[in-house]
Amino acid sequence: MLKNLCQKMFGRSLWVYHANSGGCNGCDIEVLNVLTPYYDVERFGIKLVGSPRHADVMLCQGPAMRATAQALKRAYEAMPAPKLVFAIGSCACGGGVWFDSYSVLGPVEKVIPVNYYIPGCPPRPEAIIYGVAVALGLVDKETAPVEFKQLKLPIPRYHPSELHGDGDLVVYEKLEKV
Amino acid sequence: MSLVSKLEEVLVCLKAGRVTLPYPAQAQPLPENFRGRPIFDATKCIGCAGCANNCPAREILVFDVCQEVRILQYLGRRCTYCGRCADVCPEKAITMSQEFENGTDAIGDLGQRLELFMSTCQRCGRCFKGPSVLEDLKMKGYRSDDLQNERWIYRSRSFLEEDKTVDDIQIELD
Ligand code: SF4
Ligand code: SF4
Ligand code: SF4
Repeated sequence: MLKNLCQKMFGRSLWVYHANSGGCNGCDIEVLNVLTPYYDVERFGIKLVGSPRHADVMLCQGPAMRATAQALKRAYEAMPAPKLVFAIGSCACGGGVWFDSYSVLGPVEKVIPVNYYIPGCPPRPEAIIYGVAVALGLVDKETAPVEFKQLKLPIPRYHPSELHGDGDLVVYEKLEKV
Repeated sequence: MSLVSKLEEVLVCLKAGRVTLPYPAQAQPLPENFRGRPIFDATKCIGCAGCANNCPAREILVFDVCQEVRILQYLGRRCTYCGRCADVCPEKAITMSQEFENGTDAIGDLGQRLELFMSTCQRCGRCFKGPSVLEDLKMKGYRSDDLQNERWIYRSRSFLEEDKTVDDIQIELD
């Protein structure tokens, strides 16, 4: 549903605003790399703008920090609706390595609603393009949660109830399985 | 003068040709040692929690449901793809895959959750102390990480003195 909405609302060009709220600059470099002729994201009509008031999409890097959360929120509110937020990098997606320290509040979704996540530290430029392509409906997402549950105890167990006396010997019935 | 330099520029551009990658349509080969998302092999994992203890992002959570069942949960959201979990795993149950196309609209898509039976002593039914590899990984006693809030619960008294979840578990120190 979100994808359909995206295709409808953001059918033409996406203007992106690049907000770093306390990352290490690794993700910023990769985002700028995406805009170079080598990866050339302007093929999809994506253009970097300098003000959130001109933007359709906010690319967030870095966790929500105690010092920058307010500014991040104001930048989000300044964007005209409809708006999309991309969390780029493991800092923005999950708070990063220092997610539980004093100055880090956590992932950016604690402060502003996030629509798409691109994990990685930093994500490859291709991964960023892929995330944008998923949002634009050009490709399908590839990830799915994995859940595994062992149903049987992998080794046989010893049950005293299966012991019985046989003359002088004590016999364990399922001995060969143990 | 400027016309000449413009012409030179045109020449340079023509010589370079087209450099843009046709990315989403056609992928570029990855470098051999590229580390993508770690993938857990549940059939190999013995549940020693060495990966959880060594993850710098505290990203792998462990929850012991009872003496014999342990839940291992990889969140995927703050993983830095550092490969330390794969290095430390004694059973080589974690492989750093070359997967990087992980863009998604739901962060839960990146998680992996293993629910494992732990080997217990056939006589007493309790988990027995493993050989020295497990000893090295310093997993002692039970662990009950907070799966809902996606964080560790520290057992040491120096942390979270007021937290009620802390003091109801005794650590086996031997
Ligand atoms: S995700 Fe990694 S590279 Fe990106 S800002 Fe955070 S620490 Fe830096
Ligand atoms: S790759 Fe690094 S950050 Fe990711 S789960 Fe393994 S140890 Fe943790
Ligand atoms: S270190 Fe390896 S064997 Fe131990 S719990 Fe992690 S994945 Fe399983």
